[in-house]
Amino acid sequence: MVKCASHLVIGMKGVFKLATQNTNSFSVQKMIQEKKKKKSAGGITEKIMPYILFLTAAVSVLTTIGIVLTLIFETFLFFDAVSIKEFFTGKVWYPFSETNGSFGILPLIMGTLKVTVIAAIVAVPIGLASAIYLSEYATDRARRIIKPILEVLAGIPTIVYGFFALTFVTPILRDIIPSLEIFNALSPGIVIGIMITPMIASLSEDAMTSVPNAMREGALALGATKFEVAIKVVLPAAISGIVASIVLGISRAIGETMIVAVAGGSTPNLEWNITGSIQTMTAYIVQVSQGDVGYGTTIYYSIYAVGMTLFVFTLVMNLLAQYITRRFREEY
Amino acid sequence: MNLINHDTVVKRMKPRLSKNSISKWIFFALTMFVLLILGILLYRIFSQGFGYLDLQFLQSLPSRKPENAGVYAALIGTIWLMAVVAPVSLLLGVGTAIYLEEYAKENALTNFIKVNISNLAGVPSIVFGLLGLTVFVRALAFGTSVLAAGLTMSLLVLPVIIVAAQEAIRAVPNQLREASFGLGATKWQTIVRIVLPAAIPGILTGGILALSRAIGETAPLVVLGMPLFLAFLPKTFLDSITVLPLQIYNWTGRPQVEFHALAAAGIIVLLFMLIVMNSIAVLIRNKFQKRY
Amino acid sequence: METSTAAANIVNTEEKQIVYKTSDLDLWYGDNQALKKINLDIMENEVTAIIGPSGCGKSTYIKTLNRMIELVPGVRTSGEILYRGKNILDKSYQVEELRTKVGMVFQKPNPFPKSIYENVAYGPKIHGIRDKKILDQIVEKSLRGAAIWDEVKDRLTQNAYGLSGGQQQRLCIARCLAIEPDVILMDEPTSALDPISTLKVEELVQELKKDFSIIIVTHNMQQAARISKKTAFFLNGEVIEFSETNKIFSTPADKRTEDYITGRFG
Repeated sequence: MVKCASHLVIGMKGVFKLATQNTNSFSVQKMIQEKKKKKSAGGITEKIMPYILFLTAAVSVLTTIGIVLTLIFETFLFFDAVSIKEFFTGKVWYPFSETNGSFGILPLIMGTLKVTVIAAIVAVPIGLASAIYLSEYATDRARRIIKPILEVLAGIPTIVYGFFALTFVTPILRDIIPSLEIFNALSPGIVIGIMITPMIASLSEDAMTSVPNAMREGALALGATKFEVAIKVVLPAAISGIVASIVLGISRAIGETMIVAVAGGSTPNLEWNITGSIQTMTAYIVQVSQGDVGYGTTIYYSIYAVGMTLFVFTLVMNLLAQYITRRFREEY
Repeated sequence: MNLINHDTVVKRMKPRLSKNSISKWIFFALTMFVLLILGILLYRIFSQGFGYLDLQFLQSLPSRKPENAGVYAALIGTIWLMAVVAPVSLLLGVGTAIYLEEYAKENALTNFIKVNISNLAGVPSIVFGLLGLTVFVRALAFGTSVLAAGLTMSLLVLPVIIVAAQEAIRAVPNQLREASFGLGATKWQTIVRIVLPAAIPGILTGGILALSRAIGETAPLVVLGMPLFLAFLPKTFLDSITVLPLQIYNWTGRPQVEFHALAAAGIIVLLFMLIVMNSIAVLIRNKFQKRY
Repeated sequence: METSTAAANIVNTEEKQIVYKTSDLDLWYGDNQALKKINLDIMENEVTAIIGPSGCGKSTYIKTLNRMIELVPGVRTSGEILYRGKNILDKSYQVEELRTKVGMVFQKPNPFPKSIYENVAYGPKIHGIRDKKILDQIVEKSLRGAAIWDEVKDRLTQNAYGLSGGQQQRLCIARCLAIEPDVILMDEPTSALDPISTLKVEELVQELKKDFSIIIVTHNMQQAARISKKTAFFLNGEVIEFSETNKIFSTPADKRTEDYITGRFG
């Protein structure tokens, strides 16, 4: 009976509500239908937006295509004047000759190689040590302080590092190694190493922290020390991410421009010594861009040939890093 | 008979433990070394450049005399550059992100676009300079203008903005989209009224970080042929500019110590701008974190 | 009680029409068939409950009724669903138009990160109603209709995320009422709510059925028994039984229905 009564009340409410609705002078549905009729063209936005957005997405693809085509076309023009064989096997890079310059890219590659190897020697141990410290040893508080500082380090413009290399690192190194020239491979190499350290550290740390704790606990429960866990459990488990981070770091070092342009010099050579002046691929492009080389000359086109070589180097490294992450992705 | 002799295990324990504690200190020391370098770098630059840092330095055009030189032209140039980079890169970046997250079907083309973007992020900045030189400076005949520099920089930072915007859009819960669709909203209405407002803090954070990258870039502008030394201000987008990093590069390249001090002062200004921008980004991120 | 409902039934069947007529509906997610030959006639101005164990297809079915199911990639359908006589599965049927007539309330409260007012006004606004006075009226009427007006009238400009879960869900119902739909679909609307909020929503449903046709998915059998007039029991993508709620819960025709409502599985 009680239930019945409550039904009754609700029923009355419903009637009441219907009544109020009827006194309302408008119906939302009717208004919606009227608005629909008026702006039947409103559907156009809906139809064309996906295409407009697709066009914006296409810009990034066009950029890549633009880069590749630009490099290819201008490089072809360069190869009209200089044979491919000379470019890749010639041992002298001396483009600024009045009569006929030599365009053998090996000295520039050598310069890039020296700087990159030095950078890797600096960055890999320090970067990995920081990554291990942050992921395995550091307290939450230490991590919260150190990680943002590493981010700051990664965000410093490269021209600032270049200035630092030329005005601070080089003078100090010259005190230690008297034979070091003002422009050399060592100083920019070290500074590039410092520049890419945060990148290697943070990417490697990401790889290490994603190793599940259960794996660490398993080893610790058997009496392993933290060091043994880090080296024998975590490092092997995270190895693909670590290697990928190193490859990416090296790719950055190869493409780095301002540090070597400021502190590396402009003397392309094939020597192994790191105390003398060098020139990298990037520094050569900067040198030519800054000078007043005429448009359409062989020297002008040479920066594209060098840029093409640089692009291929870094692209291969980037693809390699992607391949490593994908091919050896750990399934935990 | 025991296969494991616990005595030897205990005996071997000691060297293992000392190895453990030594290595811990090595890892710690190397990490501190990185921070130390940052400290030295900042200290050096401040002690070198602070003397030159005054109002006159901020208000003066570059000069051949170090005591009269300033960064005014470079500061104004940087603002002009941002006036091109900010709208262009945000429009293209957010548009791409919306397309990829809301419209694109999972197919080979979409996959190609995604792979392409991640590869683009790894292309050295100097190569973007070569692209800009050919396309914007020469082919489209913008010359060494704000426009050419801005467009080149926009393409350079595009991957950063795309990835940030994608993450922000992905973080908007699907329930909100469903609620909107359930009321008869169209896809575009849902994107404009629900998804984008919710994603804006993330997009802004990414956008500011991308702009701060553009402010510090030097190499592509050198390749475009932007002047390192410019004693007048731009009036239109087809005028030439110089920017802070170029000015710093110019001063660094001179042999006189006074110019190095000027470069350091310029770096302080540049770093100050970056710190301000990054702080804004962090503020936005903290203010709007986890709203759902 | 029995007799009075029966009497009401007789009266109702005379004037009530079918809102949704589903015939031979099949639905696949990729290769998985989620719905098999569904045939259901749903009447207007009453509450129809859909019950069944998890994964039986009840949620899939209700989402097909306003084509929200299309948001899942790789969904295919065959058969037809007539809404007021028109096949909504026909691609030429404007999906936005369907959804302005068929409102939906979701499992979890999903208000927009906007003010309470903007949440309710959202529907009318996207359909082009911009007159502030009319919007004010719509907002008030909808919030009253969802029995939440008194709780929020003083803070309409505050963010909806400040409301409790139960209030949020009633706000979502108000948002749905604001476009004056013909049908309201409810997909387990109380599964994320506490018992008291659940009760409030149930009371609300009782009131709303006077003006709207309501289809509610629930895995709470008592809820179905309390609020619905008819109940459909789904199992493995099929409709096992569909009849008057009190019949299904007192004398189910199918053994599987009986097993389910007596708690032997599910």
